[in-house]
Amino acid sequence: METYYHPQDLPKFEEVGEEAPELAKKFFEYYAAVFAEGELTEREKALIALAVAHTVQCPYCIDAYSQACLEKGSNLAEMTEAIHVATAIRGGSSLVHGVQMRNIAKKISL
Amino acid sequence: MQQRPQPQDEDWDAARIKMPVEPFRQTLAKHGLTLTREKITTLQVNVGLLCNQACRHCHLEAGPNREEVMSKETVDQVVAVAQRFRFEVIDITGGAPEMTPDIVDMILRLAPLTSRLMLRSNLTALARERRADLIDLCKQNRVIIVASFPSLNEAQAESQRGRGVFQESIDVLRKLNSVGYGRPGSGLELNLVSNPTGAFLPSSQEQLEKRFCQVLENKWGIVFNNLFAFANVPLGRFRLWLEKSGNLDKYLQKLATSFNPCAIEGLMCRSLISVSWEGYLFDCDFNQAAGLYLGTRKTHISELKELPARGEPIAISSHCYTCTAGSGFT
Repeated sequence: METYYHPQDLPKFEEVGEEAPELAKKFFEYYAAVFAEGELTEREKALIALAVAHTVQCPYCIDAYSQACLEKGSNLAEMTEAIHVATAIRGGSSLVHGVQMRNIAKKISL
Repeated sequence: MQQRPQPQDEDWDAARIKMPVEPFRQTLAKHGLTLTREKITTLQVNVGLLCNQACRHCHLEAGPNREEVMSKETVDQVVAVAQRFRFEVIDITGGAPEMTPDIVDMILRLAPLTSRLMLRSNLTALARERRADLIDLCKQNRVIIVASFPSLNEAQAESQRGRGVFQESIDVLRKLNSVGYGRPGSGLELNLVSNPTGAFLPSSQEQLEKRFCQVLENKWGIVFNNLFAFANVPLGRFRLWLEKSGNLDKYLQKLATSFNPCAIEGLMCRSLISVSWEGYLFDCDFNQAAGLYLGTRKTHISELKELPARGEPIAISSHCYTCTAGSGFT
């Protein structure tokens, strides 16, 4: 079936640099630096990336960071909890706007 | 008893299986490299395919129903070679070496012949084996224990090694610690080996060791000396699983694209000879699984006149990508 997303496209990510090599170089250097071990371990960073990938709903990122999490030593339970963190924030961010809804409703209601 | 495969080489392998990666030989040539022998320092002895576990990543398809174990005569021949050449390291592997009938005799005879006698253990065989004194014997002979411990997570570990293995492994690690193994200053070395629990590559060894160290100590009070992170080799039972699960091509590609030319220099096959349970010679344990003999012909340890000289070629095939992926398998 035709689809906009193809798994074989993921390794072509670097090709986006062909038209703007300087910008791509800067981006990929920054990207590599972000994921290198610092105050957080590479394993912890991969778990954050997995959660964010689910928030932005990027199939490429979900594929890449599911593998990366396993490779960095995480297990399925940890990965599932990371996704729940993203889900909680995502759901919570909707729900907390209920305060605005209530403010508006109260203001215009008798 | 299963038939052993016949001698093969990479060209044979490539013709038999449609490979999704370029031949290893070609990749070496592209980088101007060859894989040749250095000074031989290690004798690796595979004492048989009998094992109490049937791990899903086992390249030798070892298990409880395998009957292949090293005979007394071959043990004598191995000891004679160890006496003649005095290896820095003798590495006993299997199967589960604990289940080989002559393991006690081997340890007693090989320990005085090397400064580093290693026993590769799946941990559960150390506990389940009828000889409860095996740990004491290892301790008395300063045998280095190299134990399989793939994951800190029970479900992951047992998906690779079988139900009940995780807790039993924890119990055996504690027992080893209680007699001094892994404790600073004891002189009793306990090393862990972690293989990924699926079709993915291992984490950085340094980072994984740090994490295992923290978690094992905090959760179970377990200490160890070193952790080695090794990729799974696409042979035997692991290859069958890769094929069945539709992961084979992608995994081979992953190994090949992770080829690190700098890893060649430190590869273990350069300084090791590997003996099968039947006494035949190989460049490594993986070549045993692939049926790739050392040198140009099938040679028995009883025929070994000289160790392979520096510069002699090593038999290679597509599975060699496993040892050159990332920082390498040394």
